Amino acid sequence: MLGIVRQKMLEQSLKKIRPAVAVLRSYSSAAKQMNVREALNSALNEEMSADSKVFLIGEEVGEYQGAYKITKGLLDKYGTERVLDTPITEAGFAGIAVGAAYYGLKPVVEFMTFNFSMQAIDHIINSAAKSNYMSAGQISVPIVFRGPNGAAAGVGAQHSQCYAAWYATCPGLKVLTPYNSEDARGLLKAAIRDPDPVVFLENELLYGESFPISNEVLDSSFCLPIGKAKIERKGKHVTIAAYSKMVGYSLKAAEILEKDGIDAEVINLRSIRPLDRSTINDSVRKTNRLVTVEEAFPQHGVGAEICACVVEESFAYLDAPVERIAGADVPMPYAANLERMAVPQVEDIVRAAKRACYRSVP
Amino acid sequence: MALSQLLSSSSRSGNRLKSLSSAISLRHPISTDTTPITVETSVPFTSHQCEVPSRTVQTNAKELLTFFRDMALMRRMEIAADSLYKAKLIRGFCHLYDGQEAVAVGMEAAITKKDSIITAYRDHCTFIARGGTLLEVFAELMGRQAGCSRGKGGSMHFYKKDSNFYGGHGIVGAQVPLGCGLAFAQKYCKDEAVTFALYGDGAANQGQLFEALNISALWDLPAILVCENNHYGMGTAEWRAAKSPAYYKRGDYVPGLKVDGMDVLAVKQACTFAKEHALKNGPIILEMDTYRYHGHSMSDPGSTYRTRDEITGVRQERDPVERIRKLILSHDLATEKELKDTEKEVRKEVDDAIAQAKENPVPDSSELFTNVYAKGLGVESFGADRKEVRATLP
Repeated sequence: MLGIVRQKMLEQSLKKIRPAVAVLRSYSSAAKQMNVREALNSALNEEMSADSKVFLIGEEVGEYQGAYKITKGLLDKYGTERVLDTPITEAGFAGIAVGAAYYGLKPVVEFMTFNFSMQAIDHIINSAAKSNYMSAGQISVPIVFRGPNGAAAGVGAQHSQCYAAWYATCPGLKVLTPYNSEDARGLLKAAIRDPDPVVFLENELLYGESFPISNEVLDSSFCLPIGKAKIERKGKHVTIAAYSKMVGYSLKAAEILEKDGIDAEVINLRSIRPLDRSTINDSVRKTNRLVTVEEAFPQHGVGAEICACVVEESFAYLDAPVERIAGADVPMPYAANLERMAVPQVEDIVRAAKRACYRSVP
Repeated sequence: MALSQLLSSSSRSGNRLKSLSSAISLRHPISTDTTPITVETSVPFTSHQCEVPSRTVQTNAKELLTFFRDMALMRRMEIAADSLYKAKLIRGFCHLYDGQEAVAVGMEAAITKKDSIITAYRDHCTFIARGGTLLEVFAELMGRQAGCSRGKGGSMHFYKKDSNFYGGHGIVGAQVPLGCGLAFAQKYCKDEAVTFALYGDGAANQGQLFEALNISALWDLPAILVCENNHYGMGTAEWRAAKSPAYYKRGDYVPGLKVDGMDVLAVKQACTFAKEHALKNGPIILEMDTYRYHGHSMSDPGSTYRTRDEITGVRQERDPVERIRKLILSHDLATEKELKDTEKEVRKEVDDAIAQAKENPVPDSSELFTNVYAKGLGVESFGADRKEVRATLP
């Protein structure tokens, strides 16, 4: 009798974590793994299930299952009222989504890439970001704008720009840059629950990458705090601050640096606005040296902001000038060899860290 | 009640009755008489892809006197704002609505506060029609705490969410997709309500309008797009900006109606029709043929691109307040003196509100940092000199 009860309880709990279990079945390794795509999909699914005000809107999010399959299965589950395929009219559908958010719904707008968000940028900035302030709190805008940002592979100049610095300039917006699956799940859930407009910058090349993931992260209540960076790797000689794909590159650079006796601390920024200035400064006060890494154009970028804030708050602690690794100051070329030169590579990060540690001639 | 009925049916009864009634009217300027009166709109409606509503409108004394009072109040308010701007008590932009009052008042009469309205920057009167107070208007214009946006918005950013008035937008045309989004949400929530998204003849050429209209038509959203055609987009006449200035037809597959926007009863009739249509069939366009007496804003004299004769001509022939005055007088619903007394009353209301607003304090310095976010997460924000002025956002 007890055995049957226990069996039933086991079945119930298995049912709850079925999506995760399905994921587990596809990987043979003992540790739980989840790729970023599945992390985002599961986060969307759980938040839509928990709150009927959440809906998805964008190009190909429904019947096509998502241009990058991030919204796969959601149309079948939630129907055409909550998963909306739009025409190719970013200004129109972004404006409609912001209007729906004014009324109190919680839209998740997908831009097929953030390059196309420029067609809707007036609604993101003037209609969404500033409304709570201009209305003295009457009109809050609980909207998420998400999609792939930055360089992919071979897509050329018009499809490769990183918009983190542009959106992070604007007060009233929150700008998040997940790196791994834990980030993707925790930050997307936080973004959807947040009452303010959030720009959620994913990376196409990370969608297929798998990361180990704990049970805590798989729980449907899991959420990461907005505005807090994560120390991915503790170190004591140099701080490397990065976001999105460059976190992975920085971790690889740290492994290489370790062989040369340089112990790098790698910070995964996770949040570009609010920027976790205290984590960055605490780290620099410990290591005294800083390298910022981003894929984006260098001028007026995230690295520049980090450098400024460290110079303002921790000048006396710096033993070397701040080093900045960024995308090349050119529109993204197509030819593979030129493209490789246009984005940071692991060796660039290693070299900059060594310079910061005076291990190479500047 | 019986007395007022006597009045409306035979105003030629004795002088004593008249003086008695005028004494009563002074204390109760708005007649409570709801006996139906039938009036014809100034011109018939013209339609595109839909049937035409009747030009015969039902109204009553109470409604007409309310229309008169409301429009007279709005007129007075806007003219007072003109003086305040010239006295430099209002800064920046100030776009006045005098001449267009019938659109705001007629629309409100056709709908409830469950329906939503969104408009551009010429929003003072729409805010009043949605239930805003004169003090909130003048205090906001002068950047004071009692303003509807606590002084942080200014002339172009009035909101009243509890009456479903969503602003107040400075970017030409942006309010139209936003309005279609409100309609989307109303349909999503099954609220059985509609959204009126107002825009001008200048904004009518915006691409995002057509993007939003396309989606609204595809998804059958209860969106009513209202083009307040005052014939000038800032200094550019409609024929110089639009290849086709028949704005009610520009929806192509979306039906449209052309309305005399200076006739408050026509506006009310059209909006009633549009609401019914939108709830059943999806989007519809209303083109309100209206006119603004002021220039585009207080920096524009309004006479370099149109003649003074044109302006005075409209004022003489089509003024919305005068039209209602004539209607009220011709139906003996009130005397000239009573109407003039109403105007004096609203003038006093406006003056009192201005006096009150002038006494109202400016926002506290701490307000610089409030409402940046709905949930600030304890994040730091900075003043011009970040070593001097920092704040934690709640």
